[in-house]
Amino acid sequence: MTGFTGAELIAAFSSLGAGMAMIAMAGVGIGIGFNAGKTVESTARQPEAQGTLLKLMLIGVALTETAGIFALVIAIMLMFANPLL
Amino acid sequence: MELGPRIIFRIGSVPISETVCWSLIVSIAILVFAFLATRKMQTVPHGAQLLGELLVGFVYKMVKDVMGDISDKFAPYCGTLIVFLGLGSMLGLLDIRPTTSDLNCTFPLALVTFVLIHYNAVKAQTARGYIKELSSPYPFMLPLNIISDSMFPVTLACRLFGNILAGVILMSLVYSGLQTASAALINVFADPDFSRESIIPFFQIGWPLILNFWFDMFEPILQAYIFTMLTMVFIDNGRHPVES
Repeated sequence: MTGFTGAELIAAFSSLGAGMAMIAMAGVGIGIGFNAGKTVESTARQPEAQGTLLKLMLIGVALTETAGIFALVIAIMLMFANPLL
Repeated sequence: MELGPRIIFRIGSVPISETVCWSLIVSIAILVFAFLATRKMQTVPHGAQLLGELLVGFVYKMVKDVMGDISDKFAPYCGTLIVFLGLGSMLGLLDIRPTTSDLNCTFPLALVTFVLIHYNAVKAQTARGYIKELSSPYPFMLPLNIISDSMFPVTLACRLFGNILAGVILMSLVYSGLQTASAALINVFADPDFSRESIIPFFQIGWPLILNFWFDMFEPILQAYIFTMLTMVFIDNGRHPVES
């Protein structure tokens, strides 16, 4: 085995961790897709409510996105502002 | 890749970053616009006055839809939030680091919202009612409710910060990638001693505007709107607790 220094190992595993943190985006994608699909469904059922529905959908999308944004912030922290290094 | 905001100058040992400078500049620009828009007011508005009236009317209507009778008290704060955050995030259009891509800009605003929520909650339902609301539905839920309440400013600040910072990172990646691509294409024909920075990045012309439109115009407006909307909804919820 070649010897790695501690900093190298931390950097390597931080990069892996940053990639893994972004797996959270899968759930966010499902959530936003569900949201948009339901909006389309409701609009088809009641086209005159489209303005309100669009507004509600955007708020819902932004709220759903928060989970993914947290993952992104953690990934950015691991890559650029790693507290362990 | 340097991510943090640059330090412009220091007052004593306090560093003043570009976030602070550009926040002040944006605030002054808003003040100047407000001053100019209210000079020589006319019954039939046009120009700056028209824009100002549209904006103020939009904000007051939005706040009234959510908060009802007390909307006039909170509309100025919400309007300030939406204008300041929207303009601050749109600075990316001018190739300036958006003020909201710094947690130091978003977190204080989220804290102000947090204080407003709880101050108004205590004022509207007295300290006793406030604690009763916190320990609903069962008293042992009190610590959980406190944790979930105190996480609110963190999520509010991180949502805006993360969205705008993601846009900043993505745009800088796209632009540096296009520069490398231009340099690679030139190097095929020219001598390899050409330095990468001296080449005109002709791939950057035009089409990244689509990305700019999304990340520097649509996303800031949406996020500023959501920040303001959540502020309003939570202040309103704090005042009228859900009857159980």
